[in-house]
Amino acid sequence: MYEGAVQDLIDELGRLPGVGPKSAQRIAFHLLSADPTDVRRLVDALIEVKARVRFCDICGNVTQEDQCRICRDPRRSATVICVVEEPKDVVAVERTREFRGRYHVLGGAINPIAGVGPDDLRIKELLTRLASGEVTEVILATDPNVEGEATSTYLARMLVPLGLTVSRLASGLPVGGDLEYADEVTLGRAFEGRRRINA
Amino acid sequence: MYVSHLSLADFRSYETVDLELDRGVTSLVGPNGQGKTNLVEALLYVATLGSHRVPSDAALIRSGADRAVVRARVVRDDRSRLVEIEITNGKANRARINRSPVPRVRDVLGILRTVMFAPEDLALVKGDPDGRRRFLDELAVLVTPRMAGVQGDYDRILRQRSALLKSAGAAMRGSRGAGDLRTLDVWDAKLAETGAQIIAARQALIGALHPHVAGAYEQVSGGQGAARITYKSSLDAAAPVDENPPLAGAPASYSEGAGDATGGLDQLATGRSVMPGVHLLEARLMDAMGRLRTKEIERGVCLVGPHRDDLVLELGDLPAKGYASHGESWSLALALRLASYRLLTEADGPEWVTDWGIDGEPVLVLDDVFAELDSRRRDRLADLVSKAGQVIVTAAVPSDVPEQLEGARIDVMGGQVTRVL
Repeated sequence: MYEGAVQDLIDELGRLPGVGPKSAQRIAFHLLSADPTDVRRLVDALIEVKARVRFCDICGNVTQEDQCRICRDPRRSATVICVVEEPKDVVAVERTREFRGRYHVLGGAINPIAGVGPDDLRIKELLTRLASGEVTEVILATDPNVEGEATSTYLARMLVPLGLTVSRLASGLPVGGDLEYADEVTLGRAFEGRRRINA
Repeated sequence: MYVSHLSLADFRSYETVDLELDRGVTSLVGPNGQGKTNLVEALLYVATLGSHRVPSDAALIRSGADRAVVRARVVRDDRSRLVEIEITNGKANRARINRSPVPRVRDVLGILRTVMFAPEDLALVKGDPDGRRRFLDELAVLVTPRMAGVQGDYDRILRQRSALLKSAGAAMRGSRGAGDLRTLDVWDAKLAETGAQIIAARQALIGALHPHVAGAYEQVSGGQGAARITYKSSLDAAAPVDENPPLAGAPASYSEGAGDATGGLDQLATGRSVMPGVHLLEARLMDAMGRLRTKEIERGVCLVGPHRDDLVLELGDLPAKGYASHGESWSLALALRLASYRLLTEADGPEWVTDWGIDGEPVLVLDDVFAELDSRRRDRLADLVSKAGQVIVTAAVPSDVPEQLEGARIDVMGGQVTRVL
């Protein structure tokens, strides 16, 4: 245990995700010996992020305006919506530079153990967006784990009766990898989701 | 297959230990508390990624150390593979095969197969159903490693659905709005999908295991009575009378389930639909959950599914639990282990497994088991296992090892191993 402020800082840092007690201690002493202007910049960034960053009125992504960059972009197709769990998933899909539609960020997945139900996710907002009739396809891009699959199934059951095209991201083999290194669950999924080739 | 080398670092009581092993019998001899079982526990960990003694990995790490390492060289069909597993407290474990890291630790499953006899096996006969379910599920993973993933998903889904039922029950009693009952249908579907695969795997396994159990019981007991194993499913209890055939019957046809999903592509090409009866079981689970819904919400637990099923053991026409004598119970417990060993040793493997491989004979581990048996059972068991490819026996004193199992002997004393013979 250190005295006063140092220990307070270590405790606060240790509450961050991915930071254990040893890392927290290392960061704390790095900050102690750092140049005061560097530390001031970090403090400003922290204050700024809480003060200015908010969630997009339309899709729920992080933004500094009322609406995020993607929702404001007229070149993006308004007929396709990709549903993801977190803002960081938007960034992941954006990296592909393949998707020209818009997003909807749920803010998590259905998880009864953690007390997260459909009302805690931005599902009502999604239905409101779909009500205009402009959207024709919804791509469900939740995580391929138990909770993500349950969320997708729940959404699909709600959206298919509305007459929309609903699709789920394919799961299977990583590109550029070797078949022999794929684990049996992934490979099994790839077999189930195989596609007919029309030559 | 056999293990030619086992080395541990910071595993249980061992700081480091190296053990050369060979085909045939090796006995590990030493007083209790000196580390014999820790050695076989490490072997078992390589085979199952779990311990038979503790539910969590933390206890496997030597106190004061951050991580434990288990290394085993496994020889199968004259090819050897080095499996290394690093067990880290509070972090994901890591594994390497032949010195190259694998993406998931689970990838090492299937390389080493073990069948272990232990004093705790008596609980298979006398104890609660969860021990028998674990017996079936562990064997299912040895036969088809893919089942480890299905079982993991099922446990997760079960916990999620139970949590939902509990909060829904509380909501119905007025403490909170309508609850999130709307998502219950989704969890029902997920539970049915994975649960059906587990039930189908267990049923198929029991079908393949039964002749071996009957044969082994006759041998161990010296020709007394007939042992029978059947599956008792919570589905049967949930079904209305005179509807749905009981699950204990013959498995449904292997081609069942063709023609749905993948747009006319051959369903038989994928493992999941090849398991007999999966689609029927899934439908029956959905049906049962539909009928039990009110009761499940009232009680806040999942009332139907593989987690409520049991493996029924019978001698003659009587259930073994409650009727069998101590000796008969032991014979039956040994017969279950011997039957697992024989099933895994079969040249072709069960009908539903396509990739069986050659030389699948598991390593037999007999942990302190002879001291528990009367002299006749002990002799018969020793005779039956003496021909196995590799047998590892632990005993407190040399005289606990039956003479049929003479072989290499390693003394274990205070965490030190010494080869004696």
